[in-house]
Amino acid sequence: MALVSPQNSGLRLASRYAALALVAVVFAFPLVFMVVSSLKPDQQLLRDTSSLRAFLPVGDISLDNYLAAFDRAPIGRFMLNSVIVTVVTVTLSVIICSLAAFSFVYMNWTGRDAILSVVLATLIIPFETIAVPLLLMVSRLPWLGMEGIEWGWLNTYHVQIVPWIVDALTVFLFVQYFKDLPTELIEAARAEGASWFQIYRRVVMPLSGPVLATAIILKSLKMYNEQYLWPLIVVQDEAHRPIMVGLGYFFQLNVAWGELMAYLTLISVPVLVFYLVLQRAFIASIASTGVKG
Amino acid sequence: MASRLTRSTRAGWAFALPGFALITTFIILPFFFAFYLSLTNQRLISPNPTEFVGLDNYRNLLSLSVLTLEPERDESGAVLRDADGEILYPRVRTITRNPEFPQYRGMREWFRWQSGDTATVVVASDVVFWKALTNTLTFVLFIVPLQGGGALLLALLINQKLRGINVFRTIYFMPVVISIVVISLLWRFIYDGSDGLLNAILSALSFGLFEPVDWLGQPETALGSIIVMSAWQAVGFHMVIWLSGLQTISPTLYEVAAIEGASKWQTFRYVTWPGLRNTAILVLIVITMQAFALFAQIDVMTNGGPLDSTQTLVFQAVERGYGKQDISGGSTISVILFFMVLAISLTQRFLTRERT
Repeated sequence: MALVSPQNSGLRLASRYAALALVAVVFAFPLVFMVVSSLKPDQQLLRDTSSLRAFLPVGDISLDNYLAAFDRAPIGRFMLNSVIVTVVTVTLSVIICSLAAFSFVYMNWTGRDAILSVVLATLIIPFETIAVPLLLMVSRLPWLGMEGIEWGWLNTYHVQIVPWIVDALTVFLFVQYFKDLPTELIEAARAEGASWFQIYRRVVMPLSGPVLATAIILKSLKMYNEQYLWPLIVVQDEAHRPIMVGLGYFFQLNVAWGELMAYLTLISVPVLVFYLVLQRAFIASIASTGVKG
Repeated sequence: MASRLTRSTRAGWAFALPGFALITTFIILPFFFAFYLSLTNQRLISPNPTEFVGLDNYRNLLSLSVLTLEPERDESGAVLRDADGEILYPRVRTITRNPEFPQYRGMREWFRWQSGDTATVVVASDVVFWKALTNTLTFVLFIVPLQGGGALLLALLINQKLRGINVFRTIYFMPVVISIVVISLLWRFIYDGSDGLLNAILSALSFGLFEPVDWLGQPETALGSIIVMSAWQAVGFHMVIWLSGLQTISPTLYEVAAIEGASKWQTFRYVTWPGLRNTAILVLIVITMQAFALFAQIDVMTNGGPLDSTQTLVFQAVERGYGKQDISGGSTISVILFFMVLAISLTQRFLTRERT
């Protein structure tokens, strides 16, 4: 290290940045291409692929593709459906999972350890291996609706919400976090005669900002971005179809590439904006899934 | 900690019950239900009552046989050849449809190889299933080193103390927050055979020498293209996990290594890598489990084609369970898939166990 001269270290620095930038191009350019192409008419879009213009918003730039995409599919409806499903599932998930984790960590009850092991064991079951039997189950489950009991959950919001509320990872994240909180706080509150629910609401949850952020981010990404297989098989009507399944409108035989890119941009940009604003929280949430307990 | 508090069984259950009830109903129950359904002929909607069929579903999926074919010969005993000089063999059908060999009934050729004059043919009762199985394993085999190793390289690249390094981390991570469904459609354009971006770039870089390839349209390149795209999308996720592992390694160890005059490689080999053990196990298991679940990319990009070269187990389970309403067939594939995931996770745990 001592032998490195100033020029030499300048060169090293430059080559490091060059390597970083080259990798950045690989990750960023397809996305730049997506956004830029959504602004171009199809003919120009196809012509531009052969030059660097593919990544530049030049030539005949307009929002026509967006207007056409809205004409082709009920995008507003799909977007609303995805948002409803995501918001409701995430809200119920953090409440129910944190309650369960609270009980596992702080309360002493018969069967606690066995139940916790069973919950964590489900981490090994990929959803894809239970999708088919679950499809049969939900097609026959009862639901108390406006007009009394209805049979079968297909083509509803709740079929997209209820099975996804609790997952072992979210419970695990809360358990790990609660274990690290000082127990003195809980014991003191118990000594003062606070009920368990008061301790949960007034003592533990106000201290749980970081884990709440992690759970909300991971679950929101899961519900908005990754819900594809399940709604594909349980929702056939447009009224409840989420945004990712709505893509079906855009990949018929003759693909209108410009419109497709507009749709892809439209459904990705909200998440990208959230990510860019809340980067630290996003990256911390992924990193915390890697902390082994 | 909890043991010092008084027992509170009723309240404890009350807090845990909603969560436990949901996980039981929607994960544990369907999991066991899959085993039961795989032993029946259950359909999604059917006028006939469901019957118990034992292991028939498994037999129909898994049955394999090997046939040895002798070449066709003329009266003098010479081997017959076609116009291209290839040896002529009796058709496989003459055996699988022959009432004298009931054990081969309904089977079809999966693949064959030739040694000397004889050809060995592997026949299966469900060729598509076997293709899905081998494709899934191929996908896992390639994506694990590509994505896990690539993510480690990125993490090491990002773990430098440089001004503005966070900008690069932000960019590398970007594809992770975009849905794989969106990515798959975007890359359908990138991989397109006539108008695609990749062909245009390769052609420009080679000054027009590169012949355009229909990446998703031919069996030789389709699965590989999907592997590369999948790794590209998720590599940032595991980069972050590797990074958090790297940051748990004490800086003192690096200082000691520097004082001892260790080379870069030695530092990595004897300080960094041992410190990443637990992270490595986690990354390995997470990528493997996700890889076995491969579905969205296939559904959006190739539908299992061309020539079944991108069929996967989950795609087949859904195609049968939902597409053909054959719940029992889909469940059987699901059960087989689960056992593969389990076996591989256990093997990985065993191979990466703490050696004392």
